[in-house]
Amino acid sequence: MPIKVLVAKPGLDGHDRGAKVLARSLRDAGMEVVYTGLHQTPEMIVNAAIQEDVDVVGVSILSGAHMTVFPKIMALLKEREVEDIVVLGGGVIQEDDVPKLKAIGVREIFNAEASTQDLITGIERIVAEYGRDRARREAAQSHAGAGRAAAR
Amino acid sequence: MITHRVHRDLARAISSVENGIVELPSALATLRAQVHGTAQHRAEIIGVTGPPGAGKSTLVDRLIEGFRAEGESVAVIAVDPSSPFTHGAVLGDRVRMQRHAGDAEVYIRSMASRNAGGGLAPATRDAVRLAEAAGFDVVIVETVGVGQVELEVVAVADLIVVVTVPALGDGVQAIKAGLTEIADIFVVNMADRPGANRTAIDLKQMVRASSREIPVLQTIAQDGSGVSELLTAIVERRGQDDSNAVRAVRFEVVRQARDRAVAAALATLDSPDAAAVLQRLRDHDITRNDAIDALLSILGGPVHAH
Repeated sequence: MPIKVLVAKPGLDGHDRGAKVLARSLRDAGMEVVYTGLHQTPEMIVNAAIQEDVDVVGVSILSGAHMTVFPKIMALLKEREVEDIVVLGGGVIQEDDVPKLKAIGVREIFNAEASTQDLITGIERIVAEYGRDRARREAAQSHAGAGRAAAR
Repeated sequence: MITHRVHRDLARAISSVENGIVELPSALATLRAQVHGTAQHRAEIIGVTGPPGAGKSTLVDRLIEGFRAEGESVAVIAVDPSSPFTHGAVLGDRVRMQRHAGDAEVYIRSMASRNAGGGLAPATRDAVRLAEAAGFDVVIVETVGVGQVELEVVAVADLIVVVTVPALGDGVQAIKAGLTEIADIFVVNMADRPGANRTAIDLKQMVRASSREIPVLQTIAQDGSGVSELLTAIVERRGQDDSNAVRAVRFEVVRQARDRAVAAALATLDSPDAAAVLQRLRDHDITRNDAIDALLSILGGPVHAH
């Protein structure tokens, strides 16, 4: 089944050319890509990720607000009990901040030097390793009840 | 009351059916248990269809706003095309529905068509059933941009809104063939553009020739003009319960009967009896019309006069 990705552009920065190019590259790699437009709040991003039931949320931030935006997204995912959705970061993020973001659960940071191929390979690897389907299948197996299995 | 937890449970149920992990009846049962729903709950299902770029998503955004103002909860299933080459898809319909992102009574789900013909995705019908089971009052299905033949939505929706725009050139031509037969309401969107009246008049003339009463409305989805009239028309149709179920069944029966008839005809043409007829045609023993009559009589179908 295709990997489903939400490409999110939070905050005030109005540059989404990169996000659109990325969306198209992921599509060409066979993924189903939900694009939500500019100026997303963390709440909007998390709501969209839940409604669309994506494997991955890719958050692109160029404005420097990553230390505000990511903690909010991670907290909301936890609050809504959907922590199995993988969060990836991209854009302009200082090296010092990368470990801090990983510590709060952002799975990977792709900096400006990363090629789209790096991203595609990275997403495929991370989804295979941590993706929702694997997590839910394992959960379904450990609770053998029919209802649980139906819910994955 | 729809909560964010319902969104999560519904979203997961749709994916599990879409990806073939669970069958619909089991997904429905699980979801109903999760949301404390009953099998009796019925949603109104509205199909929105029309050519690409007609403004379907923006109009759906306005319809959400209208139903919310009446206190009704709304789920949207928006279908976008998959690439036939890579099977990937960019799903962008949400962009036009941002205003409702924080409203828990609104659920929006994008679906890739996964190369099903007909304007819907293979699991759209199941997704609609699941959204209904989750407790939504209204479910809106937005098809991919369609032409004359993608009429699948008729088998899913109670009421179908066909959206077009002025000056599509042969836009009215394009919707003449199939979409007229399935429309309950016609909308000429972008009605501030030149040619809107002309398009509306063309549609009205077309509608007059049909046996059903189909309103032709003009809207500007961008600023909301004409949307309240559209909502009124939808609500008026609600009580009528005209023959939409009958129409959906007829559509499905005709489609399946056609498939069977074609299969039967092809099988007949491969039979030894047919080969003999075709050989006589090749040998100039009989005319083309004789051959057609002979083959149809082998098939057992009616023989038409020429």
